[in-house]
Amino acid sequence: MGLEQFKDRRVGTQNYKKLDLDHAPNCGWCQFKQVVSRTFKPELFVGLWVTFREMINALFRGQMHTTQYPLEKLPISPRYRAIHDMLRLLESGHYRCIGCGLCEKICISNCIAMETRYDENQRKEVSEYTINFGRCIFCGYCAEVCPELAIVHGQRYETASEQRASFSLFEDMLTPIDKLNLQKEYDGFGAVSPNADENIKKTPLAY
Amino acid sequence: MEATMLPEVTAGGVIIKAVLILAVISAIAGFGTYIERKVLAFMQRRLGPQHVGPYGLLQIIADGIKLFTKEDIIPQHANKLVFAVAPAITAATAFIALAAVPVFPDFTIPEWIPVLGGIFVPSIASDVNVGILFVLGMMAAGLYGPLLAGMAQANKWGILGSARTAIQFLSYEVVTGLSILAPIMMVGSLSFVDFNDGYNDNGLWLIVYQPVAFVLFLIAGYAETNRTPFDLLEHEAEIISGYVTEYSGMRWGMFFIGEYANMITIGVIASVVFLGGYNDFWIIPGWLMIIGKIAFMFFLMLWVRASWPHVRPDQLMWLCWKVLMPVAVINVVITGIVMMV
Ligand code: SF4
Ligand code: SF4
Repeated sequence: MGLEQFKDRRVGTQNYKKLDLDHAPNCGWCQFKQVVSRTFKPELFVGLWVTFREMINALFRGQMHTTQYPLEKLPISPRYRAIHDMLRLLESGHYRCIGCGLCEKICISNCIAMETRYDENQRKEVSEYTINFGRCIFCGYCAEVCPELAIVHGQRYETASEQRASFSLFEDMLTPIDKLNLQKEYDGFGAVSPNADENIKKTPLAY
Repeated sequence: MEATMLPEVTAGGVIIKAVLILAVISAIAGFGTYIERKVLAFMQRRLGPQHVGPYGLLQIIADGIKLFTKEDIIPQHANKLVFAVAPAITAATAFIALAAVPVFPDFTIPEWIPVLGGIFVPSIASDVNVGILFVLGMMAAGLYGPLLAGMAQANKWGILGSARTAIQFLSYEVVTGLSILAPIMMVGSLSFVDFNDGYNDNGLWLIVYQPVAFVLFLIAGYAETNRTPFDLLEHEAEIISGYVTEYSGMRWGMFFIGEYANMITIGVIASVVFLGGYNDFWIIPGWLMIIGKIAFMFFLMLWVRASWPHVRPDQLMWLCWKVLMPVAVINVVITGIVMMV
């Protein structure tokens, strides 16, 4: 669709297809003909065939549509913004968060609370990190701003629980250390695009 | 004439038969709901009931418990007596109709069973010689159930439902009678047993001679059992639930059982009258044939329900009076002429 067409606000005057409907019969004979043709057209049997075919497809060709939800789940888009995950470094297993505090700053509903301190190696350590999911609007800014892709949106959309705190502690969101090999790189909101390499340009140093 | 070959039909046998019919058909009617839900689901590529028991087979038990334990509500301004009696009419007439229909083969209770041993249980609870008329009449009387139920409940949807019952009643009843008239003329009897034996004389199913009557009978039968192309009485999209709007619990369940029993009856009549009854076919024994035929008729009802949209009440009247009745009359006349010549 071109820009010209897109901006055309004369709604209702463009691009309508008229259906080629038959006209209602207007004489007795025409009505009779319509009745006869409708009676003897095999359309009813076409209808029967359609449902029967679908039954065969469903039963024997594996085209059953039902997803038995709690047992099976449909895949969701990587861009889906569900409960957050904190990722780990694959090599060392250490959590990725460097405690920069950008996510806390950018959060528009002010629901990330974190505290940091220096550990014994003079490395910044996250001592407290919680997200108040009573307030989070799942905007995804935290994942987008995070320089390390440490906080990302996960796929856990079943968020009913007795306590809203159930999801919100750092340890709850962090990839369990024994599941590290199952950790998936995030390709949703804020991740580097697949063609990132092509987009990198040399820094012009000439000026 | 058969009394010489078969043991005497005693009152005890008939009572056992009646209890059997009541128990088995109620169970089958309940099971029919399961089958219906499964078949409809498959035709829409769904799974249907799945979680109660293997493949959801015990769903009917869950439904039964639900129906039995639900609170029995009678609306405030309803006519209480009629409201209470109406479901019983539907269920009772459906089972009374089954009394004159051959349902299972004859058998004799083995001697070793304490009290009942040696009693002969006939295939038909009462082999009246006007079997077909009796069954059709009973099923027609069953329509009093919806009619009274709708009017008793002080609810406009109920009233609409019973108005539609009246329409339906006025429409299909003529066609049912006329469509079955041609086969009756050919066989020359109203007894189901004669219809069944008629096959042996001709060697061909009656449907071969009377295809038009078969189609007409099916259409009328669907209207009579209130199945989909003609499910006007309780069509949810238009009149909530029609005559059952105010019903709940077991009373509603009785309407349901009546409807399914009627479906089975129509299936039996169609199989016995048009499809060769319980005669042996090739190497397949008769009892299997009749079960297969009834099952197919039942499946056909579900299949049709999954496939076809339903008609408006005025279309039903139009169809029955202006199309089906003339066709049925012509069919009867032609049958008569052919028989005379
Ligand atoms: S998704 Fe948005 S609201 Fe939720 S924690 Fe991140 S930035 Fe805050
Ligand atoms: S933006 Fe990322 S690295 Fe910085 S504090 Fe938040 S999670 Fe940690």
